Amino acid sequence: MDAFDDAGSARAVDGVPARCNKDDMNAVIPSRAKKTLLWLQAGSCGGCTMSVLEVGAKGFMRELQAFGIDLLWHPSLSEESGSEAIEIFEDVAEGRRPLDILCIEGSIMMGPDGTGLYSRMAGTGKTTLDWVRRLAPRARYCVAVGTCAAFGGIPAAQPFSEDVSGLQYGDGLEGGALGRDFRSLSGMPVINIAGCAPHPGWIMETLGAIAFDEFAATDLDKLGRPRFYAKTLAHHGCDRNEYYEFKASAEKLSDLGCMMEHLGCKATQAVGDCNQRAWNGGGSCTHGGFSCIACTSPGFEAANGFLKTPKVAGIPVGLPLDMPKAWFVALAALSKSATPERVRKNATSDRVTTDPQRGKAGRE
Amino acid sequence: MTRVIAGPFNRVEGDLEVALDIQDGVIARAEVTTTLYRGFEAILSGRPPSDALVIAPRICGICSVSQSIAAATALRNLAGGRAAPNGYLAANLAHAAENIADHLTHFYLFFMPDFARAEYAARAWFEPTAERFKAVSGNASAEYLPARRRLLEIMGLIAGKWPHSLAFQPGGVTKAIDIGERVRLAAILADTQVFLEQTLFGVSLDDILSMQTEEDLEAFRAKASGDFSAFLGIADDLSLRHLGRGPGLLLSYGAYHEAETSLFPAGIAGLGGVTPFDGSGISEDVAFSWFSDTAETPFEAETRPDALKDGAYSWAKAPRIDGKPMETGAAARLTVAGHPLITALIARDGGTSVRTRVIARLIETAILVHAMQGWLRELRLKEAFSTHFTLPDDARAAGLVEAARGALGHWVTLTNGKIERYQIIAPTTWNFSPRDRTGLAGPLEQALEGVETGALGAKSAALQHVIRSFDPCMVCTAH
Repeated sequence: MDAFDDAGSARAVDGVPARCNKDDMNAVIPSRAKKTLLWLQAGSCGGCTMSVLEVGAKGFMRELQAFGIDLLWHPSLSEESGSEAIEIFEDVAEGRRPLDILCIEGSIMMGPDGTGLYSRMAGTGKTTLDWVRRLAPRARYCVAVGTCAAFGGIPAAQPFSEDVSGLQYGDGLEGGALGRDFRSLSGMPVINIAGCAPHPGWIMETLGAIAFDEFAATDLDKLGRPRFYAKTLAHHGCDRNEYYEFKASAEKLSDLGCMMEHLGCKATQAVGDCNQRAWNGGGSCTHGGFSCIACTSPGFEAANGFLKTPKVAGIPVGLPLDMPKAWFVALAALSKSATPERVRKNATSDRVTTDPQRGKAGRE
Repeated sequence: MTRVIAGPFNRVEGDLEVALDIQDGVIARAEVTTTLYRGFEAILSGRPPSDALVIAPRICGICSVSQSIAAATALRNLAGGRAAPNGYLAANLAHAAENIADHLTHFYLFFMPDFARAEYAARAWFEPTAERFKAVSGNASAEYLPARRRLLEIMGLIAGKWPHSLAFQPGGVTKAIDIGERVRLAAILADTQVFLEQTLFGVSLDDILSMQTEEDLEAFRAKASGDFSAFLGIADDLSLRHLGRGPGLLLSYGAYHEAETSLFPAGIAGLGGVTPFDGSGISEDVAFSWFSDTAETPFEAETRPDALKDGAYSWAKAPRIDGKPMETGAAARLTVAGHPLITALIARDGGTSVRTRVIARLIETAILVHAMQGWLRELRLKEAFSTHFTLPDDARAAGLVEAARGALGHWVTLTNGKIERYQIIAPTTWNFSPRDRTGLAGPLEQALEGVETGALGAKSAALQHVIRSFDPCMVCTAH
């Protein structure tokens, strides 16, 4: 029944025709075998799971079924508790049960002093670090769900930068809990679905692409993030774009203007299609009135004063990625001198007070 | 006497382990262990105060807005400031949306699947319950999750995204709501009301809100066909009103504040009635926690991990008020608020139970939808959604709010414009507290004593019901 809704009709996924054979267990995936998924939480807030529960017209579990993904165990969803769950982990760790996808959510707690004791896998007497190191080599694909599992995230902030790591990156560098040379059975490095929390689509589309058997190392950027969302900047599609172009800046949170100059916004420096897809039906950070904190980037937690732009001689220290500084400064000065009155006024207001006006030529 | 370890104890938020001494099929003693420590309080110290709004919500992915609002409230109190009236209302709308989602996620995904366990195969209600609530495959989640997704569209309109938003500030919210957005919010609430009335309750919200006595509840159960009445039927069959009794005292900090009022009041309820709560008398003990000794009051305390401490068994501290453990959550909130039905159930049963905790949560969803519709009408769209004020360099203040799971407090001390000390006591720190230096057990530890596990030990469904009835959030517990 996997790919069928209650009415028994086959569902199609973008670009992939659904089959009409009701007996086909993997209707959205042309002739692929089922995949197994084990999801564990390490030093996690659980927010990545909360995010992915938003996917799909009938929810995450039906979505997994539609993609032919068999959920071996998930801490928030599965019936098995205690020894029943440990049996599943042991079967995978000992190679008795094939594992296609291992999802790890949360930072890997290495401390104190490399013991991993800040996070024990309940009921097992072992640290989460031990379990991750036993299970990861058994997986065809190893997926870091969220910035914590990818790069360490907020728990890796001072004073814990030595005690907390991502799966394959720590403190922004290759290494982490599994080491720089780690490859899962597919030959892939850890897939880093960075984001705090990631968009539900980033997680589900990564899992779906793996189920399609067409996800390769070339689909990742140099920090292991899926390029389908990491190939653009969070800034792209920001609805404050006109304010950015004219350097009409917000002075305080709740103003409509661009938040880069004063309020710490890093959307021109952070990857993500954040402003090209809807969050919770239609939002995004900048749309919601607050700055991008670069949560898809390694080391984002190291900022001290997230909501204030660090400046030298009045010029923001962090300029847009791959933009020559001299040009940026020159263009910014030029834009500021050309800012329309409407944009200047609205930039420091919490709502549009000046509407677009009819021009001399009679056009809007 | 047999000692068994239950864990990983799943379908809760985060990591939980419970050690049980079982004598002749009955739990004689329980030790509740929070197995994860991340050190948020240490991460917060030394930073500018506004960084708390980035970091504190990331303690918890399921009650992130609650953490945001506790931090924003503490910062506002540091300045002695007021938020814009619209700011309180918009924050309350998002906060209530999160709490409804949490209550329903608990019911549909975490709690009810235990009644689909094979242990209950012989019960008359088993087949329909398994079809509806079986973990992962049951048909209820395919109805609930789309309703949850729709409800959380409130976050897209108010908070930008969920979880982990910076929209909640000391002065209000960062985005003004316009006339079209108010209509969209109203439409989402209407859809949520339809889900509650058609799927969860099987009657109108007004019918739920008017229930005052056990007889009203029984009349509802007999006529309604929704998931709530299905639970009540199971609860009667399994005598869940006699299972998992709490320690007696119920704590609420009061919830959904506006400048002068709040929807739910603060207080401490016992069998003798409700007494006022003024924020004093709170202490935290680390006798059985993996932390070095420290001051007991949250404004003075430090959090210094000691992973190898002798005799310790949890990363949670043991919070007490005047030396007493407190149960907190929806049942406490509604009892302190004088809700007639919940007060009557607790009086009749001699304390909280698995059944009453679940009933309180579900009734609260109806109260909140109703309240949200009122807040939405009260918004004055032409006025500001945020005030702006400067924080002092040296001050201390607390932000005491209610998360879905109960009393949540942040205690902040600023020195020279930086956070010197930040202490957090979360709802499940109260409920799943370890013992204190006098040996007094925490609320869950007390609720588990005397529970019959029969031959099933840690696999017993009764054990699962008692633990999950508190809707624990372990990631908040030790933070």
